[in-house]
Amino acid sequence: MKIKSQQDWWAGWMFIGFGLFFIVAAIGTPEFIDKMVGTRLIPGYQMGSSVRMGPAYFPVVLGGMLACLGLLVLLDSIIEEGPKVAKFHFRPLLFIAVSSLAFAYLLKPLGLVLASIILVFISAYGGHEFKWKEVAIMSVVLVIFSVLVFVKGLSLPFPVCPGFIEICPIR
Amino acid sequence: MEGIFGNLAIGFIEVFKLQAITIAGMTMTLPFNIIMCLIGVLLGTLIGVLPGIGPVATIAMLLPVTFNLAPIAALIMLAGIYYGAQYGGSTTAILVNLPGESSSVVTCLDGYQMARRGRAGPALATAAIGSFFAGCVATLVVAMFAPPLAEVALKFGPAEYFSLMVLGLVAAVVLAHGSLIKAIAMVILGLLLGLVGTDVNSGVLRFSFGISEMADGIGFVTVAMGMFGICEIIANLEQKEHREVFTSKVGSLMPSKEDFKRMVAPILRGTLLGSALGILPGGGALLASFGAYTLEKKVSRNSHEFGKGAIEGVAAPESANNAGAQTSFIPLLTLGIPSNAVMALMIGAMMIQGIAPGPQVMTERPQLFWGMIASMWVGNLMLVILNLPLIGMWIKLLTVPYRYLYPSILLFMAIGVFSISNQPFDCFLMACFGLLGYVCVKLGCEPAPLILGFILGPLMEENLRRAMLLSRGDPWVFISPSKPISMGFLLAAIVLLVIIALPALRKKREMVFVEEK
Repeated sequence: MKIKSQQDWWAGWMFIGFGLFFIVAAIGTPEFIDKMVGTRLIPGYQMGSSVRMGPAYFPVVLGGMLACLGLLVLLDSIIEEGPKVAKFHFRPLLFIAVSSLAFAYLLKPLGLVLASIILVFISAYGGHEFKWKEVAIMSVVLVIFSVLVFVKGLSLPFPVCPGFIEICPIR
Repeated sequence: MEGIFGNLAIGFIEVFKLQAITIAGMTMTLPFNIIMCLIGVLLGTLIGVLPGIGPVATIAMLLPVTFNLAPIAALIMLAGIYYGAQYGGSTTAILVNLPGESSSVVTCLDGYQMARRGRAGPALATAAIGSFFAGCVATLVVAMFAPPLAEVALKFGPAEYFSLMVLGLVAAVVLAHGSLIKAIAMVILGLLLGLVGTDVNSGVLRFSFGISEMADGIGFVTVAMGMFGICEIIANLEQKEHREVFTSKVGSLMPSKEDFKRMVAPILRGTLLGSALGILPGGGALLASFGAYTLEKKVSRNSHEFGKGAIEGVAAPESANNAGAQTSFIPLLTLGIPSNAVMALMIGAMMIQGIAPGPQVMTERPQLFWGMIASMWVGNLMLVILNLPLIGMWIKLLTVPYRYLYPSILLFMAIGVFSISNQPFDCFLMACFGLLGYVCVKLGCEPAPLILGFILGPLMEENLRRAMLLSRGDPWVFISPSKPISMGFLLAAIVLLVIIALPALRKKREMVFVEEK
């Protein structure tokens, strides 16, 4: 057996994985696994009947369909020629993800001004070119803009200044 | 006919209404809806001009901002972004040979060739004139076809609705490009993700894994921003940017007499085809522009000029994509079914505002319904008046490098997602969906079907449950002769799937989309 389409091969596994995941999460872990572990791992929800469908009914049907389609894609990958999986670029992926997470978790303790500056710097570092001066100017402009539009204009309840500064100049 | 104009009059009154608005502590009386329409179309043009950011990501970005707006103002602005982007996309296509918007891919072919021959001005003007004409016609089409369709839809029971959703999803998948099986799988994955949260029937928390923030389900905005916004940024950062503006001077905009003569028929044909294709589920601007170009190439007397700067090759697809963008609102407004990713976002916007999308919107909220339709015509007028003089400014904006753009986009997305519930968890989810979207793109799976499934997931389950309850668990209810409409929808869905799965047609479909690229 030779994998003719790498894209389809991995996509197939992804769909099978998601399908099984939703099935297991909906009806709970199979009995033999529970016995092996000793406790009920995932309790699952009620299936119900086709007249009165329980919370597990629709997800199980869909999960089954998804897993079957995944199997089809998988079969297709060893029958038909297809493209390779293009290279993953981890640098932008990492920096974009980290910058938005940093912003989210620092917004409340540090305030909008500092959190925005941090987001701009981290995300800009993930690009091709990074010039300190440019990024600094950009972050200042963006901070002024977002304070004016989001805090003043749309009155979103964001803290502007860090929590440890007692008197905030912008209100 | 009189009814239509009466209804449109309601809409225009709503659009031009003066409202007392309080901004930053100051109260002013302004025609607020018009201002929102203007903001929408300008923003739409802007993101249409800029390659690398599309209407889906922009509308997702602005959804949280619309929390504080009146429903009509929010919907007018968001709709303006969609059709405004069709205008803007052509500018980039003609001047830089890059589609600013996916629907202006075919405009590159002849528009850029016209620009190279020093006829950028007439090409831009043709695109604007065609778009405006198509916009006017499409507004009338929406006004004419929406009420009867809504009336039919009001009689639908749960079985009909379920089958309609199946047909809508199948059609959306068939007309999208890429692998059919993978697209269907993405729809199902979307449906499953849409089920996360509290089950309305039993009150059970599903797939929330003890995370309290997931009790209300995954936010629609979060998914859309992750799958489209974050994913787009990462994909754009992969390539080194090289963007050259070919023509710094556009020259005279005025098309010659000969040009006018040659553009009339293509604009008419493009508008007709675009309006028809826009109504279909899965249709919209992209399909319309491509279909119109192919048709024009077949019927035109100057078909030998196509690809070398034929004005017909600009006029037809540009009218078609604008007409398609507008008529794709028909299934949304009358049936509550999204035909593409942008319409799925519009449904999200309506739900945020507490409006259940469906046929009852027209009767229960006539001002909203007709106001939105009237705003489309007003928006088109604004676009044609504003855009031709502003072309110089748009060209300047094209030279802004992407490294300035994406941190700003990211910041606005993060602020928007955070503001939904004031919890950092939503941003975390957004990053997760960004990752999922990136993986999907790498594996050749389109993210758009997932969004359609996501928005329809809970609705589909609800209607399925009701239909089965009413039929006492008999699954044949969907195709029984007592429910001809439901049977028709499902048969149509099956026929579509079979046709597409036939090997001969499959090859042809692949060829069509290869040619498009």
